[in-house]
Order: sequence, then C-alpha cells, then structure tokens
Amino acid sequence: MSEEIEFDTAGITKKFMYVNRKAPYGTIYALEVLEAVLISAAFEQHACIVFIDDGVYQIKKGQDTDAVNMKNFSKTYGIIAMEKEDADEDEDMDMVWRIIVEKESMEARGLSTDDFVVDVEVIESSELAAIMAEQEVVISG
Amino acid sequence: MLHTINKSPFERNSLDSCLRLSVKGSPILLIEDGVLAATKETAVSDKVAVATKDHPMFVMGPDLKARGITDDSVADGITVVDYGGFVDLVVEHGTVQSWL
Repeated sequence: MSEEIEFDTAGITKKFMYVNRKAPYGTIYALEVLEAVLISAAFEQHACIVFIDDGVYQIKKGQDTDAVNMKNFSKTYGIIAMEKEDADEDEDMDMVWRIIVEKESMEARGLSTDDFVVDVEVIESSELAAIMAEQEVVISG
Repeated sequence: MLHTINKSPFERNSLDSCLRLSVKGSPILLIEDGVLAATKETAVSDKVAVATKDHPMFVMGPDLKARGITDDSVADGITVVDYGGFVDLVVEHGTVQSWL
C-alpha cells in the first residue's frame, strides 16, 4: 500500500540566506533558523548563514545552559562548519556555504572572531547588503 | 528584494538594521508595529526622511488604521498600501527579507 515518495530535486539549487538577528534562548527564533539550515544541507542548497545584531551571540564560545534547563545548541554549529567543509572539498557537490558575521554588530558587542565556536567571514554592512540582494530565498529570525 | 519591518522603531533596532543592510533602491514596507516609523514628527522622522530618498517606502494602511493613525499623519514620501498592494510588492520583487 505505502509507496515511497521520491522528491525529484536534482539540478534545483537555489541561493538561500539565513539571517540570525536574535540572541539564543530568550526566544525560539535562533533554534528554528538552525533547524532550517540543517534541512537546507540535506537538500544540498547554497547557504549563507549570517549573524547580525544580537544574532552574533548564537555562536559565542562557552555557552553553558545546564542551569536554565535548555539544550545548548551552539554545538550544532560545529555540524554546520563540517557541512561547509564537505561542500568546499567535494568537487562533485554543487553547494556553496558561507558563515558570515556582520562587522558592525560584532564590534558593537565587544566581540572578535576568537569569541566564536566556528570560523566566520567578517563582512561590513555595505558588502553584506549586496550579498543579501543576490539571494533567491531569505529565511529570517 | 523587498524588505519588511514589523517592529516599532522606538522599541527595537529592526529599522536601523534594515537601513544598514538594504541596497539603495530596494523597497521597504512597514507592517504591524513597524507602521509607527511612518508617522510625522517623531524621534525617527529624520532617519525615515533620509530613507525615503534611497528607497521606495510603503506602509500598510490596515495596520495604521488599527492603531488610530490617519493617512494624513503619514510622513511625505511614504505610500500607503492595502493587502492587495502588499501582494503586488511581493510579486514584483520576489525575495522578501523580514526584519523581525
């Protein structure tokens, strides 16, 4: 009775941008966007994962959520970094991933690239605006 | 790309972030509490006036009306649209970035 459903997505690759603007744990936005990013990996889509405003705190090192009874999902960004490495190294895979932090947001919060759990590109707002304008799908949180 | 803002500029930085990260010429639509940025003679009026020079700016009429703001208190350079107008903007510009 039950037939396996096949999704024919071969050859369909779009440019996705994930815009993270909220600190983790205070609201559900950060976790929801992270889940969407992981789905995007499964479908081998291009992805720019961007951290703006308080979103930069999502990838802050040293998060310890034990005392607030919530899952520390900053570790999951390590998986995203691995996906990016796979995409970079596999020549057969048409998938470009970028992890970007907006320079102004980072500096306004007294942070530097050493504070993050993953390697990031630090990009100024004017350049980031141009990258955003090129996207085909934008998912914001 | 169409940018939408749904937060009050007096409470959140959504308007500032949108203006910092949108390319010149891309349209901006104020919805929900974001419509408060469209009113005349506020603390953000100067900023909004500058933005209207770089971006076509729109505001949702039903959201203004719900908040007791009449069309004549909307700043110059901002076009009031209805839900149909919102749909037209999305159809015309395709990708949407929501400044939440």
